[in-house]
Amino acid sequence: MVTGVFDLVVVGAGPAGLAGAGTAGELGLRVALLDMAEHVGGQFYRQPAAGLGAARPEALHHDWDAFVALRKRLAAGRVEHLGRHHVWAVERGADGDWAVHAVVGDDGGDGRPVRVRARAVLLAAGAYERQLPFPGWTLPGVVGAGGAQAMLKGGLVLPGKRVVVAGSGPLLLAVASSLASAGAEVPAVIEASGYLGYARHPRALAVNPRKLAEGLTHGAALLRHRIALRTRSAVTEAHGSERVEAVTVSRLDARWRPVPGSGRRIACDALAVGHGLVPGIELGTTLGCGTRTTADNTLALHLGSGQETSVRGVWGAGEVGGVAGAQLACIEGELAARSIAARLGRDPGPEGRVRQLSSRRTRLRTFAEAMAATHAPGPGWTGWLCDDTEVCRCEEVTAGRVREAVADQGARDARTVKLFTRAGMGWCQGRMCGAAVSCLAGDGQPPAQRRPLAVPLTLGALAGQGPEDASEPSQSQT
Amino acid sequence: MARTPGELAGARPGPAFEITVDGRAVSALPGQTVAAALWAAGVLTWRTTRGGGRPRGVFCGIGQCFDCLVTVNGVANRRACLVAVGPGDEVRTQEGEGRGELAV
Ligand SMILES: Cc1cc2nc3c(=O)[nH]c(=O)nc-3n(C[C@H](O)[C@H](O)[C@H](O)COP(=O)(O)OP(=O)(O)OC[C@H]3O[C@@H](n4cnc5c(N)ncnc54)[C@H](O)[C@@H]3O)c2cc1C
Ligand code: FES
Repeated sequence: MVTGVFDLVVVGAGPAGLAGAGTAGELGLRVALLDMAEHVGGQFYRQPAAGLGAARPEALHHDWDAFVALRKRLAAGRVEHLGRHHVWAVERGADGDWAVHAVVGDDGGDGRPVRVRARAVLLAAGAYERQLPFPGWTLPGVVGAGGAQAMLKGGLVLPGKRVVVAGSGPLLLAVASSLASAGAEVPAVIEASGYLGYARHPRALAVNPRKLAEGLTHGAALLRHRIALRTRSAVTEAHGSERVEAVTVSRLDARWRPVPGSGRRIACDALAVGHGLVPGIELGTTLGCGTRTTADNTLALHLGSGQETSVRGVWGAGEVGGVAGAQLACIEGELAARSIAARLGRDPGPEGRVRQLSSRRTRLRTFAEAMAATHAPGPGWTGWLCDDTEVCRCEEVTAGRVREAVADQGARDARTVKLFTRAGMGWCQGRMCGAAVSCLAGDGQPPAQRRPLAVPLTLGALAGQGPEDASEPSQSQT
Repeated sequence: MARTPGELAGARPGPAFEITVDGRAVSALPGQTVAAALWAAGVLTWRTTRGGGRPRGVFCGIGQCFDCLVTVNGVANRRACLVAVGPGDEVRTQEGEGRGELAV
């Protein structure tokens, strides 16, 4: 045994990472579970901060029992949870082990960098929201749909009193019903696709009855809260001076081009908007992990049957392998842990369990692809951009400037647009504008997910006296 | 039906404390992020952009977009959606890069 080296480091303590770490711990592995958040749970099981004293944290969730069970397994196994650890890179050491580099603190600003070493790495960093810009989207009161959900679940706050929910994808329904049950008025959910899209994938629906039931639950919640659902429509402009005061909702054709003259105004004081999710895979791509393009044109890690990436010794689970929801994330986390245990020469548990999980995974992945295909942005959405609409929020680069780079300066891909305009060069490293810039550049490619530093670092942290090992697996346990 | 998120979650927060936002006293609850405390106080923006000087606040809500950067106790570029508030914290609107506020 090598002192100071964990068997497994898990990056991300959402459903995937929790299931992975919990299973690995039960199988006898020494595990470090890192997450930038203080508490485990990830996006799906985000809970109110302890100081808020929530007696009913489950009120904002479904499947809370599953989370309680995941937490219990974590406590039972040999898992060291390292909260407030922001992982900025994973690196292979000379000895073949992995070094996971992190900065510590609420926002990673607490000073000294740390390093956690391990024989295997499980990437379970989840996803972030895809945004498609529209005139007025930088107005105060316009927030991400998942962002509104996160602020509500974690901070018990709302962005406004009357909140329109818009964009595309199943998350919108969950967000609308949470906001409404927490007291917001939600006049409408505006979905750019049509739910009829699912009908084109009858097999995916037939083998996933639970997904249908989920859809019905959300549908019932919309009815109960009298929330109108408008499909094949989009918010094509947000209006207001100090903050959003109204949105224009336009009908879309099959290619998501706004139908001229179809715009209707809805008064609101906030808008929660998002067009699906993008896998957060930069820690993997920086290591050279292979990717695949999903049905809604995002890049996801390419994973083998045991959840291993194309880089030996690095596994992935949950949204990093393609957005598919919490239930699949749990299955994949467990599968990864069993495969890692086998690689490290431990007993991976009953074979029957792996077979059962694998077939559930196949079923849910099929559903996820159908879902991605149904909600994939149509190419016509750029029709709602004006030349002065900001596309890159960080560097304040407008659609007009990007179009100029394409039309007049001959930029043919997002990378060249970035060099000409600075779009995507700001703090968020293109996470918010990536999809839009790729579409405007017309390269048809999903936005690249290469970021040498997954989280921002101060020069001080980079230059620091060399990272110190964060936490050694305690010897008493071995 | 619940009228507030707190009622829905059955929240019984610890005692409220005061912070200042651009010098103005605002009440905050333990455990809240800077962003949540400001939303609760009806404040949506706490940064102006470098180029156009336009107001910004929370956008992604999960630490990924950096729109919510703010100056807390003299330190610029803190992500309000991640940083927890503490009693007496001085929150200041951050203009542009916020370098003017940095100690160095
Ligand atoms: C903002 C947002 C809100 C969402 N809300 C819902 C919802 O209400 N209902 C729903 O069904 N689905 C929701 N989702 C979808 C969600 O992605 C899945 O349902 C589920 O949480 C995925 O599980 P996961 O374990 O793959 O990822 P996640 O739950 O996203 O967990 C990933 C974890 O990794 C951590 N992490 C990421 N990068 C790093 C890093 N560099 N260093 C350290 N830690 C890191 C994150 O802090 C996070 O805790 C939401 C997604 C987003 C982006
Ligand atoms: S709101 Fe996006 S980083 Fe804070």
